[in-house]
Amino acid sequence: MGRPIDRREFLQLAGLGGAAFASGLAACAGLGSAKQDDFYFVQLSDTHWGFKGPALNPDADGTLHKAVAAVNALAVEPDFIVFTGDLTHTTDDPKERRRRLAEFRDIVGALRNRNVRFMPGEHDASLDNGQAWKEFFGPSYYSFDHKGVHFIAIDNVSDASARIGEGQLAWIKADLAKKDRDAPIVVLAHRPLFDLMPQWDWATRDGTQALELLTPYRNVTVFYGHIHQEHHHMTGHIAHHSAKSLIFPLVAPGAKPKREPVPWDPAQPYRGLGFREVDAEVEKAAYRITEYPVAKA
Amino acid sequence: MRPERRRVLAAGVAALAGAAVGAAVLAQPQDKVIRITARKFEFVPEDIALKKGEPVVLEFTTADVLMGFNAPDFKVRTDIVPGQVARLRLVPDRAGDFEFFCDNFCGEGHETMSGKIRVTA
Repeated sequence: MGRPIDRREFLQLAGLGGAAFASGLAACAGLGSAKQDDFYFVQLSDTHWGFKGPALNPDADGTLHKAVAAVNALAVEPDFIVFTGDLTHTTDDPKERRRRLAEFRDIVGALRNRNVRFMPGEHDASLDNGQAWKEFFGPSYYSFDHKGVHFIAIDNVSDASARIGEGQLAWIKADLAKKDRDAPIVVLAHRPLFDLMPQWDWATRDGTQALELLTPYRNVTVFYGHIHQEHHHMTGHIAHHSAKSLIFPLVAPGAKPKREPVPWDPAQPYRGLGFREVDAEVEKAAYRITEYPVAKA
Repeated sequence: MRPERRRVLAAGVAALAGAAVGAAVLAQPQDKVIRITARKFEFVPEDIALKKGEPVVLEFTTADVLMGFNAPDFKVRTDIVPGQVARLRLVPDRAGDFEFFCDNFCGEGHETMSGKIRVTA
């Protein structure tokens, strides 16, 4: 399904060098000067609070704090911040799960910007169908509008079988029906909605049905997490952008026989970790992505 | 039990029923049966030796939580529901080593829960 974006296309789309990426139908025309309703938001993902593994991240207890400090230090405050899932590392113990969720909530409570949107990942939600997560953060799927862009947060993790489910798909369909076919739409998800690597669990079992609902809309961009690395892909006219993790990177799709983490490199601490800002040019439904390291090496 | 959870379980049971019925229709009496237990966080056995072109029925059970079996190279999968037997009929059409894995998130060790089908010519 779809096609990866090649290096040539990447270079054509990139706006500010290697750290930036432009997305959207009008992206090739370049992002123009900022208009009043243009805005930016910050995406953080896969913080896995509670993870222990010094070989992968000897600063597992400190990385999230550093990310919060880095976001607070941005020169211009974002309009909002979104966490695209796996806020906590999974545990079979429901009490420990709630303890981790509470600690995570307290840590990110230090974010200066109070407009924070949360989404679950399978580590947070798959063992109890999202019950504990919802106690802390509310509904696991929702939509909202911001300065002319319609955001849809999809839950493709609470069902342990990685399904969105018929009920939520019906809700997505009804939500989209209120929008014009030209409306700028941003989808937020944890897992990829397309079959990136099903054998590595990098897919959503009924993601194709969600994409079929989205396809009639001409300006759709998806931001997701789960795969612990930056990745860009097109399915038809829909762009999909995965975010880096804030705990450890995973190897590139297909680079190894099995999915595996990239070990911590003491010579390059925090390599492969980070967060991003997404600059939205609303009129063109164009998005420029700028990647930030979690901490200066 | 929360209504959503009930729906998820019902869907899982329905999917399993479909898989079991399909396998029962396809399975032949002479097929070799291989019993596989899925438990946190391993398949026992995790190495399954098969012969190319020789049909087998894989029979799954679990005493733990909802698990899954997925062998993408052969395009087969099934849910493995506690208290039930899931069956898949498989006729390997090529030799080699092929990964399978649990595709229902089942706990702390889920991401390493996998095994190998070794098909000889």
